[in-house]
Formats: sequence, C-alpha cells, structure tokens
Amino acid sequence: MKAAAFAYCRPATVEDTVAELQREEAKVIAGGQSLVPVLAMRLARPRTLVDINSVAGLGRLDLDDDALRIGATVRQRCVELDARAGVVPLLRLALPSVGHRELRSRGTVCGSLAHDDPAAELPSVLACLGGSVEITGPTGFRRVTADQFFLAAMTTATQPHELVTAAFFPIARRGEGFGFGEFARRHGDFALAGVCVKVSMAQAIVATIACFGVADGPVVRDVSGLLESMLTDGPDTTEDTVRDGISAVAGDLAYDIVDTDGDVHASREYRRTLLSVLLSREIARAYHDAVRSMREVS
Amino acid sequence: MTGQEAYHGARIEDPALLCGEGRFLDDLDPFPGTLVAAIVRSPHPHARIRDIDLERARSYPGVATVIGPAEVSAALKPFPLSVRTPMPYLPSAIDRARYVGEPIAVVVASNRYTAEDAADLVSVDYEPLAAVVDTRASLDPHAPRLHEDADSNIATDRTFSFGDVAAAFAGARKTVRGEYSFPRYSSTPMECYVVIADWRNTAEGPQVVAHANFHGPFSMLQVVAGSLGIPTSSFRLIVPPDIGGSFGIKAAIYPYVALMAVASKHAGRPVRWTEDRGEHLLASSAGSDREMVFEAAIDDFGVISALRVDLVDNVGAYLRPPEPSTLYRCFGNLTGAYRIAALEVRARAVVTNKAPTGLNRGFGGQQLYFGLERLIDEIAVHCELDPAEVRRRNMITADAFPYATPSGGIYDSGDYPRALSMTLENADYIGLRARQAEARVRGELVGIGLATVVDPSATNIGYVGLATPEADRQAGRGKSGSTEHVRVSVDPQGIVSVMLGTVPQGQGHATVARQVVAAQLGLPLHQVRPIVDMDTATTPWTISSGSYSSRFSPLLTSALCEATDRIAETLRAAASVLLQTDPEELELADGVIRVRSDHQRSVQFRHAAGLVHWDPGALPDGANGRLYEDAAFRPPQSTTAARTDQINSSLCYGFVAELVLVRIDPQTFELTVEQVVTTHDAGTVLNTTLLQGQVHGALVHGLGGAIYEELRYSDAGQPISATFMDYLCPTSAEASFDLVAAELQTPSPLTRLGAKGCGEGSSMSLPVALANAVADALRPLGVEIDRLPLHGDVLYRLVNRARAS
Repeated sequence: MKAAAFAYCRPATVEDTVAELQREEAKVIAGGQSLVPVLAMRLARPRTLVDINSVAGLGRLDLDDDALRIGATVRQRCVELDARAGVVPLLRLALPSVGHRELRSRGTVCGSLAHDDPAAELPSVLACLGGSVEITGPTGFRRVTADQFFLAAMTTATQPHELVTAAFFPIARRGEGFGFGEFARRHGDFALAGVCVKVSMAQAIVATIACFGVADGPVVRDVSGLLESMLTDGPDTTEDTVRDGISAVAGDLAYDIVDTDGDVHASREYRRTLLSVLLSREIARAYHDAVRSMREVS
Repeated sequence: MTGQEAYHGARIEDPALLCGEGRFLDDLDPFPGTLVAAIVRSPHPHARIRDIDLERARSYPGVATVIGPAEVSAALKPFPLSVRTPMPYLPSAIDRARYVGEPIAVVVASNRYTAEDAADLVSVDYEPLAAVVDTRASLDPHAPRLHEDADSNIATDRTFSFGDVAAAFAGARKTVRGEYSFPRYSSTPMECYVVIADWRNTAEGPQVVAHANFHGPFSMLQVVAGSLGIPTSSFRLIVPPDIGGSFGIKAAIYPYVALMAVASKHAGRPVRWTEDRGEHLLASSAGSDREMVFEAAIDDFGVISALRVDLVDNVGAYLRPPEPSTLYRCFGNLTGAYRIAALEVRARAVVTNKAPTGLNRGFGGQQLYFGLERLIDEIAVHCELDPAEVRRRNMITADAFPYATPSGGIYDSGDYPRALSMTLENADYIGLRARQAEARVRGELVGIGLATVVDPSATNIGYVGLATPEADRQAGRGKSGSTEHVRVSVDPQGIVSVMLGTVPQGQGHATVARQVVAAQLGLPLHQVRPIVDMDTATTPWTISSGSYSSRFSPLLTSALCEATDRIAETLRAAASVLLQTDPEELELADGVIRVRSDHQRSVQFRHAAGLVHWDPGALPDGANGRLYEDAAFRPPQSTTAARTDQINSSLCYGFVAELVLVRIDPQTFELTVEQVVTTHDAGTVLNTTLLQGQVHGALVHGLGGAIYEELRYSDAGQPISATFMDYLCPTSAEASFDLVAAELQTPSPLTRLGAKGCGEGSSMSLPVALANAVADALRPLGVEIDRLPLHGDVLYRLVNRARAS
C-alpha cells in the first residue's frame, strides 16, 4: 500500500499552480483526505502532484454582502470554528457530520466539493443554497453555479488543467430556516441517506431540498408547493403538523429521489425509508426555523 | 503470603506507549541491511496457476530476489496439520490459488515502494475455477472441490455422544430446535503483522532467526520448523516487548514467518515484511463463521434433559493449524452454565474459497453461545417463561462444584445463580420489564436480552487431539497441557527480575507480574523489573506457552508464586544467618525479612540477597545458594483426551451474566444499545483496572461482531469488506452506551491465587445477549433472529418480510 512514483511540486501562486496543472496527468492535493488513500492503493497514479498548501491567498475566509467566500485551502474545521461562518447556518449544521474532527482538521471545503463524492455532505449544502464555485484556469477565472458544477459522481465542471480556487456560500437572510440530517452506520461515515433543507418564509414560501448518498450526486428539488400545502394554519401551523403531513407523502418523494443500487450497508429500499423520515423531519425543522427567524427580527 | 490485594493504578507499560517510545517490531532494526518484501496475491477466489513469469520483476532495478511457487515448493513441506485430511497447506499457492489474497509470489527489494513497483510486474496466467464460499453449499458432494486429493470439502467430521441422548429425546415432553448462523469477523489489531527473517547456512545446516509479533501458541514453532525441515532448535524466534494488539489474530502470522525465511534464503540477506491494512483485512485471520443446529429435550417446566448440537465451521481455504480448534476449544463447556446430562455433538469443518480462519478473542465461545443462548430464549418462548427463569431452572448450583460436564469439563468454581441475580438486580430487571411493557403500548420497540455463559480460560491444548478419532490417536503421543514457565532472579542489590514467556499484546502482563512478585516477596513495586521480550533461545518456554485463551492470570501468576516461594526460602536462609534465628521464624514483608513474632528483628531484603551473592559460604547447610528460579506451573487437571472422547478443555471456568437493553427506532430501524449490565466472575481479581479494561474491550469487540463488523464475500468469492470504509469497527462514539459492570469472586481452587482468565468473557456473551435483546424487541412483530450482524438495513428487511407473511 505505497503510492506509485510521482513528481511533486509546491507552487506559491495561483498562476504557478495553473501552469503546473498544464502537465499531463497532474493532480491537485490540498487536505489529501480522499486522495492519499487512493494513491496508496494505487487506484490513481498521477504523474505530478501539485500541492496548493503554500499558495498565497487560498487560505482566506472572506465575507461580502452576499456570500461567505471559502478559499481552496481553508480546512473544514476552521469553517466549523470561525464565528464569521455563522452567517451560513446550513454549513454549520452539516460540518459536524463530515468525517471526524481529525479528518476535518486537514480536509478542505473546496476539496470535498471538487471530489464530489455522492455521499458527501458539502456538495449538497452548496447545491441546496444555490452557491457557486470559482474555477481558475490558464485564461483566468469563472464562477460556476452549483447546478452547473456537479455533473455526475466524482465529476464536476472543473477541467483537469483547472483549479477550484474558492466556493461561495450565500448568507442566510431574514425569514430563512434550515434543516440538515443524515443516517450513517457509524458517526463520521459517509451517509446512507442525507438531506439539506432551506425554507424561506420572507415573501412567497420557498422550500428547497438537496439529498445526498442516494444518487450519483446532490439531488435538488423545489418542494415549495409541498410545504405550502401543509400549512393548514398559515404561519401558525406547528412543526409537528408539518412533519406529520409530509411523512404521509415523503415515501413517494423518496421513491422518486433515491436512485442508487444497494450496497453492503443499505439496500435501495432501506435508503428510501431513511430518506422519507429525514424529509419529513428536516423540512418541518427548517420551516420552524424560518418562522422563528421571521418572528425574531420583527 | 496467602491473599492478594486487588491493585488499582497506572500500568508500568503506559509511559513509554504514551510518549511514543514503545518498541514495536516495525520500530526496531535488529539486522542492519535488511531488505523489504512485498507480496503478490491472488485476485481470484479459485484459479489454476497455468504459468507465472517472475523475470520482469526480477530485473527491475533495486530488486534482490523474487520467489514464487517453484522456490516455495522446493524449500518448504506442507505445514503439519491437526488432522490427516489431505488438504496440504503452504504459506503461498503452488499450482492453485484458493482465496482472494492468497500469496502467490514475494518480491524482495531495497524498499517497499520498489518492491510494490516490481510486484506489479509479476504476471500470472490464471485459469479461473468455480468457487464456493457458502458453508452449506460447500458440504454438497457436487460443490467445487478445493483440494484435489480430498474426497470432499469436509476437512473433519466427528460425532460425539455422552449420556443417553436418544432416550432423553424419546422421553421428552417437548423439543425445541433452532438453526443459527454466526458471521466471520476479526479483532482488527491496530498493528498489523510484521516479520523479519534471516536464513543462514551453517556447518550444522540452515539456521533461521525470525523476529515477529507472534504471541503463541508456541506449538506453532513446531509447525514452522516442520515445514522448513529443520530442527526446532535451529529456528529461533524473537518477539519484541510491545505488540499492538492481536486478540488471537496474530497467531496466524506463522505461515509468513516460513515464507519470509524462504525469501531470505534466496535474497541472501535478512528480509522484513510489514503487512498493510489492505493485506490484513484480506488475508490475515478471523474467527470462523459457523452454521449450527441446536436442539433441546425439555420437560413441561423448561428443564433441559439433553442437547443435540450440529456445528459446521467454515475455516476458509485451508485447515490452517490450530484449526479446527474453533470446534474444540469449548468442548468441556459445550453445555454452558446448565445441568444437562446428555449431549450429542457433530463437529464438522468445511473448506471454502475464503481466507483461512483461526484464533479470535473468545475463540469458539461466541459461536457456541450464539446457538446455546438463543436456544435458551427459544425455550422460554415455548414454555411461556421469562428467559431469566429458564436459565435459573437449568443452572448448575453453587453447591455442585467441582462440576463434571458430560463432555469432560470439570468446572472448578462458581456461583452462577448469584451472578445472574446480581446482573438482574443491577439492571432493575423487574422494573425494566414493566417499563418495556409500557413502551410497547406506546408503539416503541424495546428489548431486553440475557446471556449467561461459562468463560473458559487456561486452555488445555489437548483438545486438539479430539479432531482425531480415538482409534487413530497414537499411544504415547498424547497432547495435553496448560503449562506456563517463568524465571525469577534477584541481583546483589535486591532488585528482582522476572522473565516472562507470555508475549503480551498490550494486556499489561508486566504490571500484574510486578504486582504479584512484589506482594509475594514483600517488596515495593519499584524493586521488581519484569522483562517481556521473548527469545526462544533464552526465555523459558514450552509448547503451550503464549498469550491466548486468557492464560496469564491463572497460569503465569501461579508459576510466579512457585518461583517466588523458592526465592523466599533461599532468602530466609540467608536472613537466618544475619539474624541468628531459625528460617522458619522469618517472613518477607515491607522490604525486609523479619522475625514473625518480633518485627524489630529484621534485615533488609537486599542485605539478605547480598549475602547469597557475596558470601554464600555463610549460608547454612542445605541452602541452595541460588537466587534465580525457573518455575513451571503444570496443573495436573489438564490431561490428554480420554478414550471416551471426554476432555477437560480448560483448567478454569469463569462466568459472565450479561444483560443488554436495546431500542429500535420504529421508523428507521436504527438499533441503539441503551445499556449493558454485566457481572463477571474471574475468580480472585488481581488488578481491578485491568479487569475493567478487559471487560470494556471484550464488550466492544462483541458489539463489533453483533452490529458493525463482518468479513463478507460475494457469491463469486470476492471480499466486499476489504477496507475500513466497508469493514466497520465500532469507535468510541458507538461504544458510549451506559455500562454497569460488577464482579463476583469465587476463587479457583486450582490456581495459586484463585485467579481465572478474564480477557474474553464478554466477547462470547455480548453478541448473543444483543441478539436476544433484538429478538425480544421485535417478537411482537413476528421477527425471528438467527444471525448477526444486526443493524438498520437488516432489521428493515426482517420486519418487512414478517409483515409480508
């Protein structure tokens, strides 16, 4: 279990990084939490490993009016602990379920997005929030929205010669609420089924879910109509009523969403059951959170 | 010194381990210039090797040698097996690969990277053959045959009958029968296998020196030497002071010792092989999976008069010694905690295209008790009795010891009803049942499971003989024994050295040995220095030596007492000169040797020791003048198998009464262990901290097998749990259940301190206690539990199947 030989470089600037990535079979390494085991098992044999940990500026966490910008080498654990990241509550809900603390202290947010494991939490967080990714190549950088970024399992819009330089997670607004849940065999394992939920009660009721672990990438659905139909008492409808109402139909929704074969840990049917439970719990929770957010401010 | 105070406190092993100063074999470099090996393994579960090309690998820069089937078959004879079945076993495949991960060739190079690069260049022309992995399928005479010289895949098949089983069943009011499966899982020690082998040709023939993190049984030394075709005295094995866990799994390192010896022979240099995690999960060892049928003859009151047992172990591709011992390790305690006079057992082992099996914490016990204790719960259901009550009605009572079981076990001591009562009281069993009834009304799924198991320790390795029919067992070639050897010496300054051959894997043998010797000689702890490095050239050892079957507490500490008795006698003789008194008047205590009736008259321990070293001429006549003592504790109760096929398969029999409380989410079927209440009787407790550590460790090991871990294969024979992504070990997050652990102490009359082993009990009881709890929780839904592991996906399937039918 030793990696095959590879060349290694550690550029200091984004320009140099992109230049190094023009080599044949070059691969970026940041936290290495997914890549290093793959190298050790010789499942990947890049000719060059481009280590971006010394690249100036990639370790920054920035806040503007619209989004939290997370640079390519920002560790998941930093985002979990940094007070500025509190403006993206869904990220904070999801991060404790990303591997274990030891893994998060090395693993990067952008690395998880670029790796795009179908069972990973962070791609669905970005997809649920409608965030975007900054990709830098030889001709400059471009912003790609989540729905254009995640293409298939372990496949994103990033080209082999490009680098994900940052991810943008939209800041929560008044009247927005969030839910996050997953089931895994053990704490820290990849999810058997998971869901991210965003509900906005600010004007029209808008509800979005992004599911993970159940298909070859984040499955995003607009469930505004579903939620609205549950609000029998308008904004005074209780969380329990919403949960019970959704649970009656969540099975059908889950049946539609789950598109993966079973494995040693969970059959397709069991994943549907888990997802339907998550959908009713977390949509209701996000709804409740959104109502609270409305009331807190007013 | 008659009693031992149970000791709490830090282990002497820990400072070095916590500071990164442990001496594990991969940290050591006993032979500078050692080369490094990588192993080419079969990707096929079953294939004929038509051709193998090693030349490209041999010519790769940095490669010293590559050995394959030709070199191995020329240098090694098949390992001597425990039975005569023609299923030859060598450390690597010769003309056929029989499991995924079976070694095919060894590449020896300057470093592991180069060795793995060259291993990629070994090309093997395989002709895939039909594979069989399922135990029952492999019993079929038409199943793909693994070993061409054998007339079936059945490696051993013996039937034993004790008492009038037929009459008991004929006269029984009811019979209760259950079919059960036990899964294959490991203990996944943190440190994997490491071997360094050095082959030298000398005037007296080949000499092999091997370093390995092997922990016995040292009977395997004969197996390796037999394969190498050299006398045991020409094969020297050295074990480092630290081993990073094993739980039995590392006993199976010995084939690699032989393989690396051959690699060293061809390399002309010492060769090191460090197993990686992928290799470990694929091809190291595991407890054997078992299919079994248990059937009891009972009366109207749930009292069992006879038991019929049919066991089929899946030992993987080869009957690797010490298999088929999983079938026999618990032979003397097959009837568990119960008064069952008549017993019939059929014991079979079958080969399949899976990796070979072997020792695993609880060895044979978790498999046995899964059947027996599930059956007891089935009897409770049939008789509409509480499962605790069925156990109580059948239990051996405290006044019945020593108790002879039908299969030859002599239970040394115990109070099973009291241990069960302690567990039930500590769990508030009556209240728990009441709360369960309320929870059921609310639609909650809550279950309570019990297991009461006899925990054998200090194995009598003579049980291996039972695999051979009595008529074929040669007179004068019996096997028996649970002997442990030790050497204790005192230097001129009164420092006591203790040399152990028990090769600990992290259990804290040095801590306990120090504590026992200090207590026996009346010394402060710091005056005793245990040495746990093992070298077969210098450390006292015997066939049964090693760290397995919870031998240390009962056997090694008894040997320590015998050695320290003699040391004390010599020191009393020396002190009697200094104090001008009769040695019989003297005692060793508080670091001095003093007159029993007048503590003011005393000499320092070290002065008495100094006299023996410096002035032996002053010793009284008859004093032996020796301050080093080798002792062997050889319990006479451990004898070879009787002509009646009975055997006392262990010296000591402890006890565990365990209760598991589970909750199952009715929506997601997630299984949560809410509480474990356990009572252990390991005889006299020597060290409370270490006993608790063993109980915690065994519980979590059992939890792994019950819920998380399984070495699974596809029907075609491919392993599908070959990384830690799929082979799930419980972590601290999964082991945070509420635990109430209590101790009952009924000292063993057969060991010097009354201690029994305690390392494996809950590994045997927790899996079935948890299964009983899940069965209890799901009984209202009509679900039956007959196998492990149990987790959400499994329970979802079982509940849906029950609903459909």
